[in-house]
Amino acid sequence: MGARLLPGMVLLAWLAMAIAGPLLPLQPDAVDLTRILAPPAHGAWLGYDDLGRPVWDRLVMGARTAFLVAFWVVSVSALLGTLIGTVSGYFGGVWDRVTVRLIDVFLAFPGMLLAIALAGVLGPGLGNAVIALVSVGWVGYARLARAQVLSLKHRDHVAAARALGAGHARIVTRHLIPLVAAPLIVEATFGIAAAVTAEAGLSFLGLGVQPPHASWGSMIRDGARYMLAAPHAVIAPGAALALVVLSVNLLGDRLRDRLDVRSRPGTG
Amino acid sequence: MLRFVVSRIVSALPVVLGVACLVFLLIHLTPGDPVDVLLGESAQAADRMALRHALGLDQPLHLQLLHYLQALARFDLGVSVYSQRPVLDLLLERVPATLQLAAAALAVAIAIALPLGVVAAVRRGTAWDHAAMSYALVGAALPNFWLGPLLVLLFSVWLGWLPVSGREGLASLVLPALTLGTGMAAILARMTRSTLLEVLGEDYIRTARAKGLPERAVVLRHGLRNALLPIVTLLGLQLGALLGGAVITETIFSWPGIGQLTIEAIQRRDYPVVQGCVLFISLAYVVVNTATDLVYGWLDPRVRSGGE
Repeated sequence: MGARLLPGMVLLAWLAMAIAGPLLPLQPDAVDLTRILAPPAHGAWLGYDDLGRPVWDRLVMGARTAFLVAFWVVSVSALLGTLIGTVSGYFGGVWDRVTVRLIDVFLAFPGMLLAIALAGVLGPGLGNAVIALVSVGWVGYARLARAQVLSLKHRDHVAAARALGAGHARIVTRHLIPLVAAPLIVEATFGIAAAVTAEAGLSFLGLGVQPPHASWGSMIRDGARYMLAAPHAVIAPGAALALVVLSVNLLGDRLRDRLDVRSRPGTG
Repeated sequence: MLRFVVSRIVSALPVVLGVACLVFLLIHLTPGDPVDVLLGESAQAADRMALRHALGLDQPLHLQLLHYLQALARFDLGVSVYSQRPVLDLLLERVPATLQLAAAALAVAIAIALPLGVVAAVRRGTAWDHAAMSYALVGAALPNFWLGPLLVLLFSVWLGWLPVSGREGLASLVLPALTLGTGMAAILARMTRSTLLEVLGEDYIRTARAKGLPERAVVLRHGLRNALLPIVTLLGLQLGALLGGAVITETIFSWPGIGQLTIEAIQRRDYPVVQGCVLFISLAYVVVNTATDLVYGWLDPRVRSGGE
């Protein structure tokens, strides 16, 4: 029983630390040149990085970055994608054909490549990273929502609602979206893992968070330069990232089984 | 069959056009004026005009798009702002390295995933199954920009077996291929397991067993062969993730491929090269996916006739 609760507990712990980060007595930006790359020791159990900053403190602030980006990317992508996909599938016609083409074009790009290029062209920074990831992220939700709505809109209960005089807005929000929610929620859950990884990836390439702000990705990049002298500086942020992604994926799998959504292979 | 081939290729054309338009628009997403970004604040007005004209930015947007597409049709991807060399030349120089890395990563992924998936499916519910699926879960959670440095730490720094980075000889290919292939192997192993389990429940498997075939022949010849179709499709789809991941992996290992060129170009604000790289990789992805569709149709007559 304990093992089943573990992923949720890991996530909750990180989330709590991410939210409480600014209130905790942390010094993520405190440079201490006497402690450059100092190994883990009493009082700083993850050691110090290449500028003598405490790795644990930066890890907590990195969690804040990761969850902040994941929150915005997943919520905006899911809302935008669901809206576009649902409206497109429901009304059909020219708007639907345009949407389908647009989805096809966006799916033709390897997602991470497009995000990297967009973030690169827009310029580094957290806001631009979110914009880049949303530009790539909405497509999956739109495709899923559209396909679901297409198969649902001719159902009897929709015809009944229409016969009772319900408007389009009411039919979409009350009679369609609740029924398409399950697969979208599963998609969004996996989307959290993808967003956390993608943010770290962009920051690893120097396209995400800018110094001195901490991101797990930029910590891995900086740590990798001094791997020989201080392996702890690269191992810690990666382990945190992998742990969060693993937990989210486990929860996503379980949610998918629970909601009985047909499993779907990942796409780029 | 011919109709199927033609219909697939025709349906890929608008996607190619859309990809080209989106890549064209990339440069117009730069905050402010791309010419200012490229030349810096202190540039002379005449230089600005010259560069603006050279990039065609002094024309209306629809004309720029038209010129861009016309040039593309002649395989003209523009000229690098940084090295003043044609973008196509720069790309072609880098293709072999990326192809080699992608092929090696694919081989790694298949070599890990197929045995794992088959063992997990055949020994369903046993410790084998749990071990294989645990690997799949962990493998999917490890980001390549962490796995790469970890492998370097282990095999290059501590054990000293393999080079840290660069592209000299086969030894230097091992770590990048492992880094890039592991994530794909994880997804592929899960897919192999679930597809094979589905196939093993079919009637013809029972028939094969009933006529006394050894279990190995049943699983490999009758089971795995039928499970291969969805696996091939997944491989095609996953190639996108592979090519996207190659950008990061090549950066980690200083692997001189298109991914590294992309990042270099982004850092130098060499927008024609960024556009060229994105266009090239995306079109390669479209071509591979269309080819996968065709292979699928060739392997499975049901795909050809149905659905269209």
